[in-house]
Amino acid sequence: MMLEIGQAAPRADARAKVTGAERFASDHYPPGLVWAGVRRAGVPHARLRGVESQAARAVPGVLAVLIARDVPGTNRQGIVHKDQPVLAEDLVRHAGEAVALILAEDRAALRRALALIELDLEPLPPLLDVDAALDPAAPSLHDRGNCLLAAEIVAGQVDAAWADCAVVVEGEFHLPFQDHAFLETQNGVAQLLPDGVLTLTVSTQAPFRDRFEIAHALGLDVLRIRVICPYLGGGFGGKDGATVQCLLALAALHAGGRPVKMVWEREEAMIAGYKRHAARLRYRLGALADGSLHALDCQLHFDTGAYAHLGGEVMELGLEHAGGPYRIPHTRMRGWAVYTNHPIGGAMRGFGVCQASFAFEGMMDRLAAALGRDPLDLRRQNALRRGDRNCAGVTQVHSTGLVACLETLSRQPLWRERRAWQAAAPPFKRRGVGIAAVFNAMGYGRGLPDAAIAKVELTSAGTFRVYNAVADMGQGNASAFAQIAGQVLCQTAAAIELVQPDTALALPSGSSSAGRTTYTYGNALIRACEAMKAKLLQRASLFLFVDELASLALLPGKVRHMPTGRDLPLGRIAALLPEADRVSIEQFVMPVAQDVPATGKAFLIGFPHVFFAYAAHLARVEIDELTGKVDVTDYLAVTEAGRVLNPRNFAQQVQGAVAQGIGYALSEELRLREGQILNPDFARYLIPTSLDLPAIQSLAVETVEETGPFGMKGVGEVGVNGPLPAIAGAIEDALGLRLHQGPFKPQRVLAGVGQPGPVPGERP
Amino acid sequence: MKIQLKVNGQDLELEAPPDRRAVDLLREELGLTGVKEACGSGECGSCTILVDGEARLACLLLAAQLEGQAITTIEGLAQGEELHPVQQAFVELGAVQCGYCTPGMILAAVDLLRANPDPSPEEIRVGLSGNLCRCTGYQMIVEAVAAAARALRDQGRSA
Repeated sequence: MMLEIGQAAPRADARAKVTGAERFASDHYPPGLVWAGVRRAGVPHARLRGVESQAARAVPGVLAVLIARDVPGTNRQGIVHKDQPVLAEDLVRHAGEAVALILAEDRAALRRALALIELDLEPLPPLLDVDAALDPAAPSLHDRGNCLLAAEIVAGQVDAAWADCAVVVEGEFHLPFQDHAFLETQNGVAQLLPDGVLTLTVSTQAPFRDRFEIAHALGLDVLRIRVICPYLGGGFGGKDGATVQCLLALAALHAGGRPVKMVWEREEAMIAGYKRHAARLRYRLGALADGSLHALDCQLHFDTGAYAHLGGEVMELGLEHAGGPYRIPHTRMRGWAVYTNHPIGGAMRGFGVCQASFAFEGMMDRLAAALGRDPLDLRRQNALRRGDRNCAGVTQVHSTGLVACLETLSRQPLWRERRAWQAAAPPFKRRGVGIAAVFNAMGYGRGLPDAAIAKVELTSAGTFRVYNAVADMGQGNASAFAQIAGQVLCQTAAAIELVQPDTALALPSGSSSAGRTTYTYGNALIRACEAMKAKLLQRASLFLFVDELASLALLPGKVRHMPTGRDLPLGRIAALLPEADRVSIEQFVMPVAQDVPATGKAFLIGFPHVFFAYAAHLARVEIDELTGKVDVTDYLAVTEAGRVLNPRNFAQQVQGAVAQGIGYALSEELRLREGQILNPDFARYLIPTSLDLPAIQSLAVETVEETGPFGMKGVGEVGVNGPLPAIAGAIEDALGLRLHQGPFKPQRVLAGVGQPGPVPGERP
Repeated sequence: MKIQLKVNGQDLELEAPPDRRAVDLLREELGLTGVKEACGSGECGSCTILVDGEARLACLLLAAQLEGQAITTIEGLAQGEELHPVQQAFVELGAVQCGYCTPGMILAAVDLLRANPDPSPEEIRVGLSGNLCRCTGYQMIVEAVAAAARALRDQGRSA
């Protein structure tokens, strides 16, 4: 099968995954391995006075018990702010804090020893919400105080603008922490090899950055650390940053050269893993009499928990999207990322935008009601178009397809026939339809080059090997790379081999995140493949005694001299080339915004962004009047992310993101009491099953993003932002109930069932 | 204790503590790492195997319970290079993303199709509701199982 852009080619990894042959990090059991495990604090805030490990050390099979003073380097990890110890020193800042690391011959000994560690803890009152943490009298959890980052983005003259508004709406919204719930928990193996190279095979989204994390925390040479990154069993942001890496590396330094394996169990994964930030969002939005958005003032508070991770950057992205995908000339958007004694808020698909989407789309529904306008029409009127400035003041110079998304949605039966459907609700059921317009930036933003270096090699067999350097956590970027290479090099699927990220073989290419994976590496790969193609034609011209390169064509498995029909197999060319000449390496850096507004100065990196994917979503819900249970019966996502390279993989990303968004809207809530997670397992933290989700319809509105590989933009994140506001709108449509707090569990919805419902056909 | 069992068509005699979890035995002693563990408490279905043709959770089974049983793991489903129709449909119809739920999901689907060769989409959703997937939203999985059911019927085969 020829690999071509635009075709629904099956994924390159599918066959190995359906036969059980694919080896994830968790499937590595090197001979002679040692098991490592972590003793966690179990309390959210305490002074750590000591660790008693005698009894644990005495357990037969225990090889070592390590605490903070055994960490040779800075004992600090963190992507932007190095504020998180590998092992706690004198202060415990969250219940999942790692305090002691144990190495043992088997898991039974490890479990026994972990239970025998005694922690001498002096409990301190925990800081359990952002207001308590920002109180000047509150104890500081970190040297910089409890405010990790405060920032504002301002455009126009918001204070003066209210006078012109015909309608002003206000609201306050609350969201809990959300867990990624990837199925493969955080894990890996590590070994200090005889040549002194520390080698890790880890389930990670950022193998290249991991080397720096480990080197910094443990005082090692970054070039003596090798990270191998097989396909991940899910990531969604939760494996971006150090999870097991530094712990495993530390363990390997104490294992006498033996390999060390660590696998977090589900409960540990939920207690110690990163989370989508809990948030509180306060909004005031005003519009002119004709419905034009005019002024926005909002305050977004993100609970980043015990450590920074990417809390400042999550807040940045939330703030940059706080005005929605609309033109609003006058904005003042303020944000805070605040330390508390909660689990660590970090990166998760939607990255701050998910939270903001709930608020800005909730405000749009309120505004539509206040103005007596059709909610879809009001959104279409205000939707960003190419050439507009967005709410952060950045000109949309690139593809901007929201209007087309909304217009496509408006033509669908799910929208047009909604009133008849609503009126046909069975007894004891109420029905409603909601929509949302959402967007999501792509890339790291200004100040941190979003770069990738692609490498492609002609093998001695005359096939091509693509060295993927950006983790494939399930989104299918590796398969997209095969498709891109196949297209540029004119080869079949069988002729393209993929090597998954290995810092010893590939070149630094950033993290698998921010919707930038296929865009950035894909662009670099196009360049590398074009360079490879040019090189092969040039070399072939020498071997074939051909004067004109234009007379040669690169075809599947060969170069053909077109005028004579002479073929030179690629295997022959490979045999004639020295190894160094069989490789092409090229770099690409994502373009950045050129009109940088004079605001957002607190953001040293990541502000502003210039590429966005857009979507218009529709949810139909049916609510049980007796129980308050919300069923999403139908869901439609219309998405613009440039050109579609593979329609099936595009739909996979949209459907999967929507599914996580529906979970966020209906059931997913990390329940916390006094800093402890009450539901750290799948029996109590409920992610959607096949019975909880409707058929999810995905339609693509294609544009061409001129800077993108074959015109594409990242599509992985935008879909997660729509369900929460669309379902909130649908519930309001059904019950007249405005929900300010997610998720919309039956007990929150039941309160609204008693209210008079709308009369079908009378509402706009 | 000594345990005699058949795994993927092969007769085996193993020495294992009677309380060793089947998932560990299969993954660590037999190298059948297609059996995934994602929760360890019977909530997610990732470790689904077939025991005498019926879907069971390997994280909740102990070694002693495997005595005399015929076990099929994902590694034993294809006939040589020829994929089982459920596997084939998963590949062709996009039912695989990260792939961690995939082995358990496929074996649950095989069990479902054996009991019900012509399931409706709703019946497929019920049949797979014990298997969590975080990537797909289940839609392409449901479509793949329906397609596999059609393929099996066309071939006059049972799953």
